Parts: sequence; structure tokens; C-alpha cells
Amino acid sequence: MSTKVLAIDDSRTIREMLKHTLSSGGFDVLLAEDGLDGVEKLENFNPDLVITDINMPRMDGFGVIEAIRRTEKFNGLPILVLTTESAQELKERAKKSGATGWIVKPFDDEKLIGTIRRITV
Amino acid sequence: MSASAEIRQTFFQECDELLEALDDGLYEIDQGVADGEVDAETVNAVFRSVHSIKGGAAAFGLDDLVHFAHQFETVLDVMRDGQLVPNEDVMKVCHRAADHLSDLVAAGRDERVLEGSTGADLIKKLSEIGGREATTGSSEQQSVDAGVSFQPLGLSLPMDFTFEEPAENDFSIQLIPSASLYSSGNDVSFLLRELIELGEVKVSVDTSELPDFDEMDCSDAYFKWSIDLRTTEAASSVRDVFEFVDGMCELDVTSREPSAKPSGETEEEDDDGPPALPLLNGASEPDAVEPPRQQSGRSEGKDKTGAQSGPKATVRVNLDLVDRLINMVGELVINQAVLTQCIDDAGLLDRGDLATSLAEFKNLARDIQESVMAIRAQSVKPLFQRMARIVREAAELSGKDADFQTEEETTEVDKTIIERLVDPLTHMIRNAVDHGLESRDDRIAAGKPDQGTIMLSAAHRSGRVLIEVSDDGAGINRPKVLKIATEKGLVSPDAQLKDSEIDNLLFMPGFSTADKVSNLSGRGVGMDVVKSAIQKLGGRVNIQSTPGKGTTMSISLPLTLAVLDGMVVDVAGQTMVVPITAIVETLRPKAGDIHRLGAETSVVSVRNNLVPIIDLGVVFGHRSQPMAISDMVLLLVESDNGTSWALAVDQIFDQRQVVIKGLETNYGHVPGVAAATILGDGNIALIIDPEETAHRNGPVIDQRDLALFDEVS
Repeated sequence: MSTKVLAIDDSRTIREMLKHTLSSGGFDVLLAEDGLDGVEKLENFNPDLVITDINMPRMDGFGVIEAIRRTEKFNGLPILVLTTESAQELKERAKKSGATGWIVKPFDDEKLIGTIRRITV
Repeated sequence: MSASAEIRQTFFQECDELLEALDDGLYEIDQGVADGEVDAETVNAVFRSVHSIKGGAAAFGLDDLVHFAHQFETVLDVMRDGQLVPNEDVMKVCHRAADHLSDLVAAGRDERVLEGSTGADLIKKLSEIGGREATTGSSEQQSVDAGVSFQPLGLSLPMDFTFEEPAENDFSIQLIPSASLYSSGNDVSFLLRELIELGEVKVSVDTSELPDFDEMDCSDAYFKWSIDLRTTEAASSVRDVFEFVDGMCELDVTSREPSAKPSGETEEEDDDGPPALPLLNGASEPDAVEPPRQQSGRSEGKDKTGAQSGPKATVRVNLDLVDRLINMVGELVINQAVLTQCIDDAGLLDRGDLATSLAEFKNLARDIQESVMAIRAQSVKPLFQRMARIVREAAELSGKDADFQTEEETTEVDKTIIERLVDPLTHMIRNAVDHGLESRDDRIAAGKPDQGTIMLSAAHRSGRVLIEVSDDGAGINRPKVLKIATEKGLVSPDAQLKDSEIDNLLFMPGFSTADKVSNLSGRGVGMDVVKSAIQKLGGRVNIQSTPGKGTTMSISLPLTLAVLDGMVVDVAGQTMVVPITAIVETLRPKAGDIHRLGAETSVVSVRNNLVPIIDLGVVFGHRSQPMAISDMVLLLVESDNGTSWALAVDQIFDQRQVVIKGLETNYGHVPGVAAATILGDGNIALIIDPEETAHRNGPVIDQRDLALFDEVS
């Protein structure tokens, strides 16, 4: 069974890019439009990994990480944060809040796939 | 379309939405500035819009856009942090930055580079406002450059490269994970897996810290790992493996074949990231992480951005598909009419069941058509928002202070009409600012507020859309307009024109009141271009002005370009269609109601009003002499400015919805003819434009002259 990735970003462009890249990488992708949407989709989809943007309406990326880490079922779930190059402090914050790693936007397809492979079983 | 082209398209679509949201947000902040309380979430939403544009732009290599968006975003970030309190001046720059951002998006879409210094000027202004970004932007650039050039430079020299490549380094790695490494979703096995890809790995584990089973906390970390790695990769690659777990473990990477520099570097990094402290924090108190910034935003659906929390379900549909559907539904309506006619011809319409089914079919076809039309309808809001920008620019260029207000901007109009309204409306707005509003000094002298107001409103009125552009300026300078028109030979010097006629001279070709060509309104086109653009949409423009109070230009437009309710009439054996919306009433005149006025003109008395009669048969050359009064059926039509005519036809057949088939694309514009349609019997009928027909028939007789005639007769 292919690895299931839940990708959360409020930008449709980025979502489409993630979908395209991840699908071509052989992953099973489900998209979510913001943090809350992502958390709501978590239980049913039961992903092997979550990719999330940080600044989103309704619930931001930190909120997603928190919610996931608070849930016993998902507290070991690998979470990749999407950040922009300028946000070194965001990386730190993401790490502190329990993210597994990060991807710098704009992401390189191979790097993204490589990173996911690196932190999934 | 390739996947990347599709995503590119999505990006630009999304940009349009984000730019709209950005404008919305900025206006909300404006409001907040005025009210003294700016909603933090609005600022955040504005920031997010710019940030998202930047994010997408980076993926498509739109460097100018990324750079500018970054500068803009920085100011918004400072505002978001509360370090910059927005005021009117700040907002002015933000609005202009939003405008420029929109230009950059458009340039990116068209794959061109935006010329001019606007961007640079704005970046400077943004830097001044934000205070920190001029340096932030460049230092970030530098640090990125530095980051790139720092390590590989020495190694990537060709000499070093050939020399270094076969060389193998032995690394000794000590790794003591903390609990936070595991709780963050990382795993030592992942790290090992990656190290294996770099080269030969020997691993040993120190399990001496492992407590008794009873005391073991499965979320804690107890192992110490020693790893020997033999690889051709540089130390930096080895370090990269541990990028994500930096700070979540004690890590020591030493190179045993010392190329001295990398090992020194690693030690340095070990020092600067004191692992123990955050690690313990994270392990003992997982909740000690910073609270999510948006916690509040989640619970409230009350503010404007909250509208996103409960959006109506929508699908995105290719417009071509909708148009195809509309076209097919149009054919369906025609087909339904043909079928009805056939059944009627066969003498079967008196069969009750058949008639009922037919009526149902007709209603269904009509409902379908209306529903499909509704798909194409869009709110005029984005259009109005674009106009806000036009007002800003025009005000700036003409040195006037103009406030822009809108009303009923949720009014929905057909998409194509909205698109084609952009140019004429832009022109009208520019005119309103440039010619309509007085200079600041003149306004103050006239006892008006020094800031002028441009108002743009939309409304549905009796099956049409009414859009009005008003200013509170000085009104039209009629003596000046008349003088120019006379000088240009547009009117004869002894003509007696009513005020409204003088006002409407502005729409005559070749008219321009500007003493010198201003670079605003005078772009080589006059208001006549506006008029013809509106007419092409089946609309009409009218102008009303009150000296000292201001000017209102109104555009009346059909709701859709695809169908029309028409009265099907017979004109000298030709079937024609007159739009119902234009018809006030129909009447069959008695001989006594009709008066001759000169050799060619007749008028009809309708409830003591005299209305000129226009024989459609004569106008369109289907007969040479006007028909006899006894044979006439009159359709009383009224223009937007209140002038009436009576169109004389032979007979009224029917009232029905007809599908508009444009003549312009296939043939050309015929004065007096709006379009054509296909009738139930398959024949083609012309759709009349009553107002144009009246003018085609020569000057319209003034109603007041008729009143005069009435008194005389």
C-alpha cells in the first residue's frame, strides 16, 4: 500500500503542486484547505505523514501540529512544515511545537519526495 | 495542457482571488483606521494574501513579483506584530502597493517585465514605513548568498573536486537522542537509513541507561548511539542528515581523516545549539510550546474572514463549458418554439394533454435557461474594486483628493458584460475625477468639503442593470460645452438646446472639453467611445448634471447577452422583434388621435401627450409610404431619459423569449438593429433597438415643441 500523505495548505496553487508532485512520487495524497480542515480529515484518512503550511486561516500550522501531538493515535506521526526561505525562526518554532521536519517553499520535487521517504517507515 | 501549465493557470486564478481579498482587507483596515480599531485578524488575512502570492510566484520564478511581495509582506508583518500602527498615509502606500502587486501579477501572466520606476519607488516607501525591511530584505539576500558560497566554494573548485572525490572520510558520530526527537515524529532508524545511503555504516548502541521494565517510560529516550561512517560525502552532507533533529539530541560528528576545517565547524555548531535545555523542556512539559497564534480565529465565524469558515460549496467550471451549455439551452428554447409551432400547424394545440405538456416543456426550458444564465452572473464587486484604484490614480495625477464610495456592489451581472464594462467605466471614472471634481481650492471656495466624492452604484431595475457614476463636483459647464460643440461644428450656432441635450453633447464623437489634453481622460478617446462600447452591450448611457452639485452618468444594461423578452411583430410582411423592456404600452390609435406635423411626421396623442410616430416599415425600407392610420398598431417606447416614441407596426404576433444571435460578428452593425434571432418556424427575425431606430429616423422631436404644437392646434 502506498504511503498516505495529508497535505494542508490554504493556497490552491501550492495544493495543486503538492498533489502533482506527491502523486507522481507514488504517494496517496489527500488535500486540506486549512488547519481545521486538515485536522478534521486526519481521523478518516489516517495518513502516514502530514505536510502543513504555517500561516492559514481558521487554524494555523502550529495548531495542526499541536492537535496531532495531543492525539494519542497520531502523536508519533511525522509532520513536515512548509516554510518560506525567510522564516528561520518559523523552523525553530515548528520544531519546538513538535514538527518532524520542514520543507522550504518553493520546494524541489525530488527533495520533497526524498524528505518524505526519509521520515516515513 | 501540461500539469505545470495547469498549475500556472491555477496560480494566476488564485492570484486574482487573493488580490481581491487583499483589496477587501485593506478597505476593512481603512475602515478600522477611521473607527480607531483595526482588527488583527484582518491584518493577518491581508498578510496571508500577499504571502500566498509570493509563495506561488517563487515557484514560477517570477522574481520581480517575489521581491516586491516580500517588501510588501514585511510591512504587513510589522503591522501584524503591532509595531506599525496603520494610519491614512500608511494605508495609501499599502493600496498603491496592492495596485502594483496586481500589475506585477498581470505582467507575470503575460510573461512580460514591468517597466518604469513605480516598483522601486514603492519599495522605497514601504521600506520607510516598515523601518526594518530594507535591511532585512538585502541581508537575507546576502545571508542566502553567503550560505551558498560559504561551504562548497572551496570544494567545488575543479582541482579540489577531482582531488577530493575519491577520498573517503571516516566520521565518528555520537548520538544521544532526547525524548523530543521521538515525540516530534523523528526516529533514529530514519537517520540510520539515511546514513547508510551515504556510505558504509557501523553502529553500536549503548543500552546501559535502559531502566528496569517497570520504570520504563516508553515515551522517553534511553539509548546512546555510536556510528562509524565511511563516505565520500563532505561533512556538510553528514550534518544535513541530522538537520531535523538538531536540538533534540546530543550530537557529535567528528571527522577522523581530518580535513580539519569541517570538524572544527561541527564542534562550533555543537556549541551554538545547546541541546539540553530545550530538550528537557520539550520532554517534561510538552504543552510548554508557544500557543498557536490563530487559536482565537478558529472559534469565531463572526468577522469577515470568518466567512471563509462556512463557505458555500462551489465547483470551478471551465467557462467554455458554461457557454456551450448556454448555447445549447438557447437552441433548446428555439427548438421548443419550433415544436410548438409544428403542433399548432398540425391543428393539435386544442388537445388538452398536449397543450399542457407543451406549456410545461416551455416553462422547464425557460427555467433551465434562467438557471444557466445565473451561472454566468457575477457580482460587480471586483469591477468596482478595480475602479477604486482608478480613482486613486486619477486623483493622484490630477492633484485632487477624492474619496471613492460604492453602493450595492453585490449586484450580479453577466460575466461578459462585467468584463466589457471595465474600459468604459474606467474612462467614465477618470472623467469624473479629472473633469467632474473641482480643484481643492475651488471646492473650498464653493464651501464644499475639500475632498471630492466619486460614487459608483449598481442596481437591478425592471429587468436591467443600472450602473451610476456620480461626482459631487461643479457639474457640467454648459456654456463651455455649447461653445466647444459650436466651434467644432457639432451643433449649429443658432440651435436652441435643452440642458440635457447640451449634457449629452459630451457623448458626441470628437468632443473633448479639456483645454489641454490631460494625460488622464484624454487618451485619444472621447466619451463617444464609452457610449458605443455600452451600446454594443445592449446598454445605454445617460448623463445628468446639476450646476454646483455634480454630475451623474448612468449606464443601463441588459442582465444577459444571451436571451431577451421580445414582442414579435409584423412590419410590412417582415417579422421583427422589439425588446419588451423598451415597450411601455401598445395601442391601436383612433384617427382623431393622430396629427400630421409637416409632410413626413405624424404624432399621436397619448393621454394628452404628443408622441412622434416612427413607422418601422419606412425606417427599414420595407415600404416607401407610411401605412394608413387604420392599419397601425403602435408600440409606445421610452428611453432612459424619458423621451417617448411610438413605433408603428402592422400587427403584433406574440410575446416570447428569443435567443440573441449577434449580427456584428457575422455581418456588421446595422443602425437600429440590435441583433437577430431564429424564430420557431426557423425564420430569422431582426431585433430592433428602439432608441437607435428613433435616431436613425432623424432628430427626435422635442416633446416640448409638441406641447407647443398642442397649444397652437
